Amino acid sequence: MSTRQQVLVLYLATSALDSEVVGWSSYDGTGRTSPTTGDGDEPPYKSGVHALEDGWRLFQAAQLLPPHPGHEYDVSFLKHEFFFEKLVEAGAGSGGGPV
Amino acid sequence: MTTTWEQSTGSTLLSSVAMAHFVAHGSLRLDAVVPAEMNAEGMEVLRGGLPDVPYGTPVADAYPEGSFVRRLLELPFVAGALRSLVGPGPSVDHHAVHIREPREGQAQPLHGDAIIDVRTDAFDVQLMYYPQDVTLDMGGTLSVPGSHLRRTNESDTGRYQNLRGQSRLVCPAGTVVFLHHGLWHGGRRNDSDRARYMFKIRFNPSVRQRRLWDTSDLGDPRVAEELATTFPWYEPATGRLEVYNRVLLWRSLTGDDSYDLDHWVTRVSNRPQEEAV
Repeated sequence: MSTRQQVLVLYLATSALDSEVVGWSSYDGTGRTSPTTGDGDEPPYKSGVHALEDGWRLFQAAQLLPPHPGHEYDVSFLKHEFFFEKLVEAGAGSGGGPV
Repeated sequence: MTTTWEQSTGSTLLSSVAMAHFVAHGSLRLDAVVPAEMNAEGMEVLRGGLPDVPYGTPVADAYPEGSFVRRLLELPFVAGALRSLVGPGPSVDHHAVHIREPREGQAQPLHGDAIIDVRTDAFDVQLMYYPQDVTLDMGGTLSVPGSHLRRTNESDTGRYQNLRGQSRLVCPAGTVVFLHHGLWHGGRRNDSDRARYMFKIRFNPSVRQRRLWDTSDLGDPRVAEELATTFPWYEPATGRLEVYNRVLLWRSLTGDDSYDLDHWVTRVSNRPQEEAV
């Protein structure tokens, strides 16, 4: 029996895990699906907590970092990035959630 | 990319409302402005390929009079938009024919072209011309409205697959889109059985980009409405910084250093020097 990792990355509206999803990405270690750039307009979950409720395990959250002095008004990458995983059987289905 | 800009004066130059739309969205879309017979010719031209143009070549030298590309750039709404955005006499940075092959299985990562470019008082534009109808499954360009002022380098944004409010281009033949150089975009996966063609030209301004459009409607309240546009993918806190940065760009484009939206720039710049009496 071997497992594979499915990864879901959610970008949230604030640093709170229960805030709204504003962006998302997913990767499928089983190779059964091939999510890619621009493949959907609807987020898989409304918030980070909704992903937890569907069985996704949070394993990384973006740190809260103060802006660099002199660059307080700069805009760059999305700030509130959360990584989730599911471990699924290599020969099984997608684990019941969107990937 | 949306289609909400309009001509309020009958001029082929952009209106202030349209310019404000560009400053907020980072793009301007002109649906079906190229006539059908030119699109048929354009398909043949793109299939045959176009020779490279040396960096910085003036438009007149890059595209001889009467050539397909020159005629494309002389179409009134295309010429008016280009002049409004970068002024007279821009040079051609480079051009390229982009083809998304049928069922090629791969999308481009989300990226900004060239390298990180943080100019606050100048910008390049990229013209994208679509000579054929583009359907959702043909891999039309993905772009992210309001991403052009983000300070990121090329494909470092490749981790972002989808953002709320993103634009997945579906358009009629003959559509031309102008992008600010910083806009996040990428060719989507073509899941159809047809090749998808697009021709891109990047233009560098050769004059100061100030009041180059039809400014007769500068006081139109819709200018502020356009500039205050927010997008579903913005984190609310960062969205406020987006407005702050747009105000600075609008000040640069108009020369009006007092312009503001909801006091965002004025408030954090207020450092009175007069002593109390």
